[in-house]
Amino acid sequence: MITDSSAARRTRLAGLTASAAAMVVLVSACGGTGGGSASSAKDFSYLSVTENTTVKTALTTLSKGACKAANDAQPLKVETVPQASLDQKLQLLAGQNALPVQFAAGNAPALTQQLYTSGKVADLEKKLTDLGVFDQLEPAAVSTIKALYGGKVEVLPYEYNIEGIFYNKKVFGDNGIAVPGTWTELVAAAAELEAKGVQPFSASGQQGWPLTRLISGYLYRSLGPDALQAVADGKAKLTDPAYVKAARAVADLGKKGYFGKGVGSIDYDTSMNQFLSGKAAMLYMGSWALANIADEKQNTIGADNVGFMPFPAVTGGKGSIDQYPSNVGLGITLGAGSFDKKTGDWVSCIAENYGSTALKDQGSISGFKVNTEVEDANQVTTQVRDTITSSQQNVLWFEALFSTKATTVSQTNAAGLVSGSISPEKFMQIVQDALSGN
Amino acid sequence: MHRVLGDRKAVLILLGPALLVYSLIMLVPMLWSLGYSFTKGNTIEGFTGNGLENFQHLFTDPAVRDALWFTVKYAVVVTVGQVVAGYLLALLYVFFLKKASALVRTLVFFPVVLPTVAVGLLFQKFFQVAPQTGPVNSLLNAVGLDSVDFFGSAGHAFWVLIIMDIWRSMGFYAVLLFAGLVDIPEEVLESARLDGASGLRLIRHIVLPMSFPVLMSSLIFSINGTLKVFDSIVALTNGGPGNATTPLTLYMFQTSFTYSDYGYGSTIALLLTVVCLMVTLVVFRVSRRDLTEG
Repeated sequence: MITDSSAARRTRLAGLTASAAAMVVLVSACGGTGGGSASSAKDFSYLSVTENTTVKTALTTLSKGACKAANDAQPLKVETVPQASLDQKLQLLAGQNALPVQFAAGNAPALTQQLYTSGKVADLEKKLTDLGVFDQLEPAAVSTIKALYGGKVEVLPYEYNIEGIFYNKKVFGDNGIAVPGTWTELVAAAAELEAKGVQPFSASGQQGWPLTRLISGYLYRSLGPDALQAVADGKAKLTDPAYVKAARAVADLGKKGYFGKGVGSIDYDTSMNQFLSGKAAMLYMGSWALANIADEKQNTIGADNVGFMPFPAVTGGKGSIDQYPSNVGLGITLGAGSFDKKTGDWVSCIAENYGSTALKDQGSISGFKVNTEVEDANQVTTQVRDTITSSQQNVLWFEALFSTKATTVSQTNAAGLVSGSISPEKFMQIVQDALSGN
Repeated sequence: MHRVLGDRKAVLILLGPALLVYSLIMLVPMLWSLGYSFTKGNTIEGFTGNGLENFQHLFTDPAVRDALWFTVKYAVVVTVGQVVAGYLLALLYVFFLKKASALVRTLVFFPVVLPTVAVGLLFQKFFQVAPQTGPVNSLLNAVGLDSVDFFGSAGHAFWVLIIMDIWRSMGFYAVLLFAGLVDIPEEVLESARLDGASGLRLIRHIVLPMSFPVLMSSLIFSINGTLKVFDSIVALTNGGPGNATTPLTLYMFQTSFTYSDYGYGSTIALLLTVVCLMVTLVVFRVSRRDLTEG
């Protein structure tokens, strides 16, 4: 009897031990190794987005040339994910303490700031100053980064872009249209082009941001460079009449059919292709498009036929047309835990050589200094570079200071705004609601 | 066998491992998720308790209301469509095509094995208006009608989704119901025919009641599957235009993984679980009714 009861106890104990062991195994399996970003990294791992090939290509070039020594010590290893999946991937990796050495830091600055606040992202101003290469960053790029990331340098300026409207010079010339200086002139030019059977604008409604950029452009010209900072600070609301007016101005362009058919189904590449193949006369885009413009395979209208104009003025507005929206592309940053001497060697080499390499090989303008003079690929590249150099004050874009949710709501509803399925009032209302956390 | 199953220790040994695995991979995450619904935060910032705030938000969030309404509307229409189309096909196989139905069965079943993303892309191209005019719009143009931006308005996008999902899955329900129909004894059908029942009367009074259990199973399968729809919507419309075709599952996913609010995402998941549970209970209750008595 005693033997039976102790055997039963042993069985129960064994069962409990097995259960506990299984639980421990499961929990530890879910928890990851925890060493990903805290220990010295074997590779210079870089997580990027599939859509961006510029940085990946330039880094690969550097790894075989100017940065060969750094690459031998810590080989470059690139992994890409679709941009739409980036935020999820980062959260998973951050949760497991397994972020790569260098990574695209999220689709909205808000996520990068979360990572920074939780100590996952390096203070790059301090790191680069310690390495003695902080002066390799263009001051304008540093100022844009600080405006975006709460006064900190949390990302590297692998791109430095200004935005404006690229236009087809030949189409403008053939139709006797002068470069519009005001919004009224822009609308008149679009009407004239439409009447002559030319699609005035090409824009990706699937991405949404090429449309919301027009709203912010209008806001900056009509209300001044602080228009969206006031919204972020709670001093103004997107539902205020002056803000709704901007959404209405853009919605009116859609109502008149100036973006062509089915704008919501147009993806980024298609919109670019529509402009570069002469099917549309204008394209609101950032200077990263210079790489596409310089590519003869993509650009069948010829680089010489592409002009660049600033977003036009709004009559009576407080903004000025020389205030260009600027950005540093998709923020790319470095993990705090894995930043060691080998990573430092890589970063120093990038800071000194990336600017020239990206410009020379791909016509891409970065926020790093160009230490080896490069001849511009075409006239429009020269124009954009001159504009960047001479620009005195820059502004941000519509969603720059928004939360991730407000950014998504804004960009997914932009096509509806221009196709007329939601009113300008409703559009601004839902974005404001998302912004207010409702 | 009776002695083995009568021994509690043996039952524990036989059931224990499976129960443990089930608990670890199903119940623990469910309870974990329930716990998250009382918190705010994410894996980057960490989690802080916020009491019932997520539940309060759930009842006032217009996006949840829209997503719930869309989910119910979608589930009802697709379930009815899938099961009715499947049943009609099964009747066609059994009573008209009979032994020659194998080829048709295979052809109709074929979309079931296609990846959802591929089907989504196929329908996107089929109904698109830009960059190229798709076959449906070409057809409309050919008969003198204007092109329609099917993915630009909520109403049109909803019906394209419905058509796609019914087309994609009716073959599965047809095979499931076919299995139920072939189980009806030939003698029963024969004697009903001798008693003068034919056509609709035969189906209404003999076939339908006798295939009722499998019909109910199909209904439960379908309603639960459609309430949890995710992949086909992501592939075809990604919830758009705006959030017009966003079901609860997609809103939950966006809230948790795009907006980094795991707590509120878990609360939405809980709502979805409750909806599924309620619908299943209702279907079970209805299914207790014996049609042969009616």
